[in-house]
Amino acid sequence: MKWLTAKRIFRAGVLSFSRNAFVSFASILVMTVTLFTVGITLFAGVILGSALQELRNKADVNVYFTQDAPEDRMLELKASLEALPEVSKVEYLSREEALAQFRERHKNDQLTLSALDELGSNPLGAVLNVKAKDISQYESIAAFLKDQQSASTGGASIIDKINFYDAQHRAALERLQYITNSAKVLTEWIVAILILTTLAISFNTLRLAIYSSRDEIQVMRLVGAGSFYIRAPFMVEGVLYGLVAGLITLLIFYPLTWWLGGATGNFFGGVNIFTYYLNHFFYFFLIIIGTGVLLGATASFLAVRRYLKI
Amino acid sequence: MIYFDRVSKIYADNSVALEDVSFSVEPGEFISVVGHSGAGKTTLVKMLLAEERPTTGSVFFESINVHEIPLSKVCDLRRKIGTVFQDFRLLPNKTAYENIAFAMEAAGRAEAEIRSDVPHVLELVDLGDKINNFPHELSGGEQQRVAIARAIVNQPDVIVADEPTGNLDPVNTFEVVQILKKINDLGTTILLTTHNKGVIDNLKKRVITMDRGKVIRDDKEGKYIL
Repeated sequence: MKWLTAKRIFRAGVLSFSRNAFVSFASILVMTVTLFTVGITLFAGVILGSALQELRNKADVNVYFTQDAPEDRMLELKASLEALPEVSKVEYLSREEALAQFRERHKNDQLTLSALDELGSNPLGAVLNVKAKDISQYESIAAFLKDQQSASTGGASIIDKINFYDAQHRAALERLQYITNSAKVLTEWIVAILILTTLAISFNTLRLAIYSSRDEIQVMRLVGAGSFYIRAPFMVEGVLYGLVAGLITLLIFYPLTWWLGGATGNFFGGVNIFTYYLNHFFYFFLIIIGTGVLLGATASFLAVRRYLKI
Repeated sequence: MIYFDRVSKIYADNSVALEDVSFSVEPGEFISVVGHSGAGKTTLVKMLLAEERPTTGSVFFESINVHEIPLSKVCDLRRKIGTVFQDFRLLPNKTAYENIAFAMEAAGRAEAEIRSDVPHVLELVDLGDKINNFPHELSGGEQQRVAIARAIVNQPDVIVADEPTGNLDPVNTFEVVQILKKINDLGTTILLTTHNKGVIDNLKKRVITMDRGKVIRDDKEGKYIL
């Protein structure tokens, strides 16, 4: 008997979906906009995340060694830095490499290059380029380096300068941290407001669709139908709206991400949203269809409730 | 079978819809409730169907106090009472067949029963050829006959017809009343509310006359006297 009831409920929902073509069309349209917004925010999250990561990757702390620092002590310091949990990468640049890099950077600046040639010898010390896992961790890394610097009481310190203590470098790091954090918080707020608004609009559309059936619900009550038997077909209808709207949204994203893929790949930290979409299609499918189905079922469930009170 | 025990209904604005109404209906009776518009006839029907609660008094159906039934169980009561309304109240997106089948499905009847009973009951109200028509494709009289078919298909103990001829022409009115009489002859109790004098005078059945929420007459073989 339960199977029979389920069959009847499903049939009634599908019939109502097809017979109320205009209401179904309008509901699907509004729901598609909602699900599209949800999808866009998913993509925006990926792009923003990668762009912020790219920005964060630009931050580093440089340790400049004295010109006469022995290589084994510098490599020793590199190893102890790598052992720190906050550090993600340490790059060692020997004096020669530092000079080559300096020349490369100033290849169009003849004046500097000729001044360098005048000197005859390499004026640069070796450099350690330290990258932290998070911008906020540079402070403790710099503190560690400072300790190393002052601990070398036996001989002169091999560290000439730590650029974290340059006011300009420090300010830039702090600013970068502030910008990335604010961008993250702002995006979260915008996404939350956007999703809530479109969900509310969808919710209201379904409520209006069911409002137009309120007399029908009353009649069903009066001919002896139980609450569940009345409510369930509306929920089936809501789920169908969600399913169709979800499929349309997933379909729209295919050409859209293909079209935008190249641009996002070049501009935002190398994420091509088309390949990202294809590689994570199952994830998008679950979120978009899941949101649609859940929204349709919940909105219908709640909207019918108020008319069942007779 | 049905017992109204000193039922009053006073709305929030102090307007009185029913005042101290008491009467009982025996099984198999055909009882008409007459009165001008606003006399309280529809409120009476709503009380019986548990659509509205009385301010004081009780309504009993087969010794059960209708207003003590929890909302989740009200559907069981309504399946025992077939209802016909002035405005037909058919489901607009369902065909004549589906409208009647819906009442049977709601009562949990089997598919085979539905397939055999629905065409049969539509034949009874002379609409065998309109089985797949939607309500908007039917005339008022035809819609009301579908509503009657829906009301009787679950073989309820009582049919409540609230102004069933209010929107019909004399020919359709006559037909609807004839169908109700036929159903009553087969043993079903009928509670009819109307303000159609012709219908009442021809019926020659029990008539309760209401005025401003009160029962002013209860005649065994009554006429429309107001």
